[in-house]
Amino acid sequence: MSSGTARSAPGLEPDRAAAAPDGRAMADQPKWRRDFPIDAGQDDYVSRRELVKFLVLTSGAFAAGQLWLVLKSYFELSFTGAPAAAVAAVDELPVGGAKTFEYPAGSPPRLLIRTGPASFVAYDQQCTHLLCPVVPVVDQGRLHCPCHNGWFDLATGQPVAGPPRRPLPRVTLEVRGPTVYATGVEVSPS
Amino acid sequence: MPVPDRFEFFVDPARCIGCQACIQACTECDTHRGQAMIQLDVLDREGSTQTVPVVCMHCDSPTCAEVCPADAIKRTEDGVVQTARKPRCIACNNCVLACPFGIPKMHSGMGLMMKCDMCYDRTSVGLKPMCASVCPSQALAFGTREEMARLRPDARPVNAFRFGQQTVRTKVNLMVPASAPDAVVDVTAAMFEPGVGHDMLEDVFDEPAEGREA
Repeated sequence: MSSGTARSAPGLEPDRAAAAPDGRAMADQPKWRRDFPIDAGQDDYVSRRELVKFLVLTSGAFAAGQLWLVLKSYFELSFTGAPAAAVAAVDELPVGGAKTFEYPAGSPPRLLIRTGPASFVAYDQQCTHLLCPVVPVVDQGRLHCPCHNGWFDLATGQPVAGPPRRPLPRVTLEVRGPTVYATGVEVSPS
Repeated sequence: MPVPDRFEFFVDPARCIGCQACIQACTECDTHRGQAMIQLDVLDREGSTQTVPVVCMHCDSPTCAEVCPADAIKRTEDGVVQTARKPRCIACNNCVLACPFGIPKMHSGMGLMMKCDMCYDRTSVGLKPMCASVCPSQALAFGTREEMARLRPDARPVNAFRFGQQTVRTKVNLMVPASAPDAVVDVTAAMFEPGVGHDMLEDVFDEPAEGREA
């Protein structure tokens, strides 16, 4: 950055690039002057330390975000089922009928579907794509999410078409006499 | 590529004949076609035909860049103060008001300050600036210091200017008579000196002098 000395008039100091008007050294200048240098080279310059700081902080933030996602899914998986709760009476639903319930209380809405005279299934009502409510289409044996035309298998909860990639969380059921009980929630890790 | 150190810009107002060739040449540049970045000042239209070509003096610590709130004016390593960076300039006019030489001009239609950058596209590849290449009397000269000393033995270059308490040092040189005693051109003192132009401050602040009324 040093310029030639020839351009100064006799008896004057040689030119210094980015000299401050008070003539003091750049190290003695206030921080704003060092942060906003007039010299084009310094203005474009990114120091190795700044680059390393940027790389470490951004990649650290990404890593922390990933770790947070892993921990979140781990704790959701390790959720142990609440005590069994009565969801509906067997006679309450016709074959092909459905109702929503919460299990455990305060959970996102779940969907209980009667697929046959003696068979029931229950899933999360929220599509695993963008949380739109899914609609059972029992005669096709599928669940439909109308938001983005996503389809799930009614028997297993696995996605079969459309944008969803993860299966619907399944609520395990038990029929005890005239009442259907929810006994637990199976969240597939994939 | 920086401007070679051995080439310097010399302005000699005493040689200016007011032909405006520099303005025409500057106007033809593709980067600011139709706008001259050089100004031709008439010192005293009533009393004299003297004109002074005014190019950017490229200060060592450029006041225009000091006052720029948008960090848009930068000085390259060869000491050339570049015109405002287009993405940064906010057309606030600070540089126009602050420059002691009155160089930057605001082009409000473009929202951009533009000023002389010593034809950086030419000088950085070893060519003369457009104005210096066309000036018939070489009031604007671009060359080496030795060449100037040989061609103009009665003049010497000065690149320090005093404005009150502040001394501004520049990359561009002003040619002064070799007999001039000082190494610094005292600009504010010259404002009060009738022999230089006319007593302009008295014109502004005092009663009109006898015989000067229209």
